[in-house]
Amino acid sequence: MRQLTMMKATLEALSGEMARNPAIFVLGEGIGKRGGNFNTTSGLFDFHGPQRLRDTPISERGFVGLACGAAMTGTRPVVDFMFADFVLDAAGEIINQIAKIQYMSSGRIKMPIVLRGCIGIGHAAATHHSGSYYSLYAQFPGLRVVVPSMPGDAKGLLTTALRCDDPVLFLEHREVLGLKGPVPEGDHLVEFGKASVMRQGSDVTVVALALMVHKALAACDILERDGISVELIDPRTIAPLDHDTILRSVAKTGRLLIVDEAFAPCGIGAEIAALVADVGFDELDAPIRRLNGAHTPTPYSPPLETAVVPSTEIITQAIRDLCDE
Amino acid sequence: MQEKQPFLELYRTMMLIRLCEERLAKSHSRGLVHGACHTYVGQEAIATGVSAHLRLEDVVFSTHRGHGHALAKGLDPRQLIAELYGRETGCSRGRGGSMHLFAPEVGLMGTSGIVGPCILQAAGAGYSFKLLKTDRVAVAFFGDGAVNNGAFHEGLNMAGIWKLPVLFVCENNQFATEVPFACSAGNPRVAHRGAAYGMPGIELDGNDVLAVHTAAGEAVARARNGEGPTLLECITYRTRPHSEGMGDFTYRTREDVEQWKTRCPILKLKRHALETGWASIEALDTLEREVAAVVELAHEFGEQSDWPNPATATHHVYASH
Ligand SMILES: Cc1ncc(C[n+]2csc(CCOP(=O)(O)OP(=O)(O)O)c2C)c(N)n1
Ligand SMILES: [Mg+2]
Repeated sequence: MRQLTMMKATLEALSGEMARNPAIFVLGEGIGKRGGNFNTTSGLFDFHGPQRLRDTPISERGFVGLACGAAMTGTRPVVDFMFADFVLDAAGEIINQIAKIQYMSSGRIKMPIVLRGCIGIGHAAATHHSGSYYSLYAQFPGLRVVVPSMPGDAKGLLTTALRCDDPVLFLEHREVLGLKGPVPEGDHLVEFGKASVMRQGSDVTVVALALMVHKALAACDILERDGISVELIDPRTIAPLDHDTILRSVAKTGRLLIVDEAFAPCGIGAEIAALVADVGFDELDAPIRRLNGAHTPTPYSPPLETAVVPSTEIITQAIRDLCDE
Repeated sequence: MQEKQPFLELYRTMMLIRLCEERLAKSHSRGLVHGACHTYVGQEAIATGVSAHLRLEDVVFSTHRGHGHALAKGLDPRQLIAELYGRETGCSRGRGGSMHLFAPEVGLMGTSGIVGPCILQAAGAGYSFKLLKTDRVAVAFFGDGAVNNGAFHEGLNMAGIWKLPVLFVCENNQFATEVPFACSAGNPRVAHRGAAYGMPGIELDGNDVLAVHTAAGEAVARARNGEGPTLLECITYRTRPHSEGMGDFTYRTREDVEQWKTRCPILKLKRHALETGWASIEALDTLEREVAAVVELAHEFGEQSDWPNPATATHHVYASH
């Protein structure tokens, strides 16, 4: 299969869906002629023009609220945040309005809106361009939260998001945007709530998200040489979260490590741990372990930045330790 | 708009709002309304005068003080009252109450417990209508309190740049809860702000339904013709407390309120009718009795309606149920 970057893969999804559905339009800063800070809309302006590739003023709250009203009245806005950090000004619009209106209208109003932006630590981007936020959004009823790690998945998940009647947060780790992987041609959909088993294994289950999937994959390679067999699961969407795949894997391995770059307290790792402790307790042969990014604002200086993110070495060691327990 | 039938319709709508509100106020004190209840008494002319120009498929986004907007847009009073009574037959199936009225069937896209977002959502609806190449229009109703919220600035600015078919209707009732508008606005002339966003800003007597009707007619026509948004500042006054059960005379005087009651929009239209002769007192009284009967039936409907089934409390969180 051909190899594309995640950036190209999502562009293919967006471009295909915009051609297919004239109700889709994109809002964001620099997403018109410029084609997006991360090339998310590259080339689309020439096809679809300014109404469907709408450059906005720096009014994050404003255009998210506007997108809400648009989604309620027959169009499908895609809000391109550039960095997910920027949209915290619009948290009220997302959490209080976008997430709640289907419920409050008892399903008579749909909320087909995609909110996408970059997350994740790297590039010495420092603390206002590196947050992850997905656990936060996953807590609220009414939102779908997608965190892809692979280009092919990203294409399939974005296509699903663009056909979905629920609001979707599509959060793309900046450090994986440029990584290549196989991407199916043409129509490609990946269902929400279906985890991907990246590696089959028998000794230990590792659940990882976004960039951590890639680091965990490297750890799997190292451990394989030492005869440790890791089952690596990428949930791909955390709302909905695929409980079954995780529980089935833990039933097989008896051991679980969750690797999540985002903060540990009240995070998705805690949620997965609680799930397995609750439903899969009898399957466990060892305590559930978590690895998270440090609970701190993201520092700038490269040695500091490196220090706050789980590395392949740390992940490898954590898996070894867990297997010894 | 000089024939008498439309005048009578304006009168009927204002009367419907007034009598529903008075009924709800009574029901609130009797414990039939379970949560907050912000009435629209004194401000009826605004929703009425604006909505008279709206088609079923046009949309309205409203506030915590939204009963009047809902009724004027065509919500069945039974569904309004049943909603406040928390019943399954309410317009939001008992999920919303006074501050979350939804009736997309008649273009009521929601009232809101948060001050501000209705402005942005109306701009978004305007964006949809433009993209879909229809001549539908969107209306945001909001109070003087909302104009100092960032949503006002961002929403009007975007609507201005993109010439969206939207009416921004500020109901300046001169207080946000108990804070006089003059204390919270560097320039208390809301209409002047239109200029900042490249749209007409028009100040009106919000208690004069004919003035509102005329100005809104022009604004709706502008919007339908692709000429962009309009800001209407309707000066008005609510003559009941901010919310039912709240005190009223710590931040304003009884005399002020009584004085404004003499400027009641319904009385004003009635005087106009009698002076110019387009309706007789008998005709207006008959109309009032008809409306009172409708409201009484709506109240009975609400009281007799079923409670929502608790097993459905988590339905509709997602589109797929
Ligand atoms: C964002 C937000 N802040 C505060 C409140 C609490 N609150 C409810 S109504 C209100 C006053 C609103 O005043 P105004 O917009 O003038 O409307 P009015 O009540 O006068 O109709 C306030 C502050 C709220 N609902 N939302
Ligand atoms: Mg006010």
